[in-house]
Amino acid sequence: MTNISRRNFITTGLAAVAGASGIAVAARVARHHGLIPPDAGGLYGAGETLTYAAQRLLTRHSMAREFSRAEISANPFANEVDPLGDEFQRLQAASFVDWRVTVDGMAARPASLSLAEIKSFPTSTQITMNGCEEGWTYIAEWTGVPLSYILDRVGALPQVRYVVYRSIQPDWWESIDMADALHPQTLLAHRMNGTELPVPFGGPLRLRVPRQLGYKSVKYINRLTLTDNLKPFGKGTGGANSDSGYAWYAGI
Amino acid sequence: MRASHGTILGVSDSACLPGAASAAPVAVPTKTVPSRHSALVRVTHWITTLCFFALLVSGGEIVLSHPRFYWGETGNVNMRPWLNLHLPSSRETVPTGYGYVLPDQNGWSRYLHFQAAWLAVGTGLLYVLFGFFAGHFRRNLFPAASDLSIKGLGGSLVRHLRFERPGKEEVWSYNSLQRLTYLLVIFVLFPLMIWTGLAMSLGFTSEFPLAVRLLGGQQTARSLHFLVTILLVLFLFIHVLMVFVAGFRNRMRAMITGRATPPTE
Repeated sequence: MTNISRRNFITTGLAAVAGASGIAVAARVARHHGLIPPDAGGLYGAGETLTYAAQRLLTRHSMAREFSRAEISANPFANEVDPLGDEFQRLQAASFVDWRVTVDGMAARPASLSLAEIKSFPTSTQITMNGCEEGWTYIAEWTGVPLSYILDRVGALPQVRYVVYRSIQPDWWESIDMADALHPQTLLAHRMNGTELPVPFGGPLRLRVPRQLGYKSVKYINRLTLTDNLKPFGKGTGGANSDSGYAWYAGI
Repeated sequence: MRASHGTILGVSDSACLPGAASAAPVAVPTKTVPSRHSALVRVTHWITTLCFFALLVSGGEIVLSHPRFYWGETGNVNMRPWLNLHLPSSRETVPTGYGYVLPDQNGWSRYLHFQAAWLAVGTGLLYVLFGFFAGHFRRNLFPAASDLSIKGLGGSLVRHLRFERPGKEEVWSYNSLQRLTYLLVIFVLFPLMIWTGLAMSLGFTSEFPLAVRLLGGQQTARSLHFLVTILLVLFLFIHVLMVFVAGFRNRMRAMITGRATPPTE
């Protein structure tokens, strides 16, 4: 042991110092380029950061796969939701005419948009897959207003880094970074397969984020908040799912 | 103090002595023992083992949230699976026939799965680079042409099926059937796991749609991911069984310390 120890000790020490400084520099660069997810701390932070950073470097402008009409699922699965609250039921009884979406936070012109207004905005249609973290999938045609249009309309400030979106249902909210918020396929969807978006699938309004798993596509959207910091929201990990132990970034 | 012939940190891969790649018996002086496995092979072996169990357990937990498998792009509880595991599920929405729902473990399972996958891929890359550049594959994994005859492989298979203890010629290297199995695992099954895994990622396939199109769809990728897992678990069982057949203490010591002892001490 003794004849190998000193040189190995020095080499290992130098390698460790180089490695540690390398990681420190990489962390600074990554933070600067927005490659660190809000749930980067903790036991699984390393893997999560690698996944998010790798996918952001590779997929910033990539488009979720689109399918042909023939591939639309005959039997899409809506998944379960908590029992719909009194406020939702009251709005539903009036055919959602009083449904409004509040857009606040770092916006030059914060707004409260009625459902009718939102439906009058220019739409985009896509046939994309909804994939659940449980492993099941379906394909549907979604029509809605690109989120980027709404951000533009309210005058999102240049320092906005995340859009926090909430359901009318209690404790159901998520957030996405600007790569997804400004992505042309990220829609505030109000139609599915050529009809009004059915309630079980998130009607009247669902935020579709087709490059991420279904749990990022929150149903019954009634508030969007533009922010540069997720810390003040919930436990600070950027979503109800990440607050309860799921990954904030769900591109994998 | 014991003379240290097996290097601790060096990558001089002496898993076999020159000539041991063929079946020719090699005279090895028992006093001066080279290492059966180089340090890099040993370290990557155990990191891979750790990752494999992390991936297996977390993957199993994820499957429990939807223990049904489909072909093509789409599959959900409204569709017919080609395989229903008939296990209890961690989701109420899955019709299982069981009167209870397991607790949801997908949060940490998915975190652990991807973290272990990163570590496994990094370890695998290190191993493959080392294998090519330090000659580990050439010396220890690529079988000699003479061993690839039907007769040679058949003989090896018969010796395996009889659970014969390997002879002296296998102290420093692997037999031909073992070599082919390791090559299959390293160059076919592991890459398939990575491919089918990435093909399920909506983010990854947005940039590389062919990764999932070539396989035949997202649900096909998921089914193949599961089927290859079964092959890897089968490999694990046979691998551990063979370690016992060859002499558990000896083989474990070789994979931990690198030192090996010929069977007739």
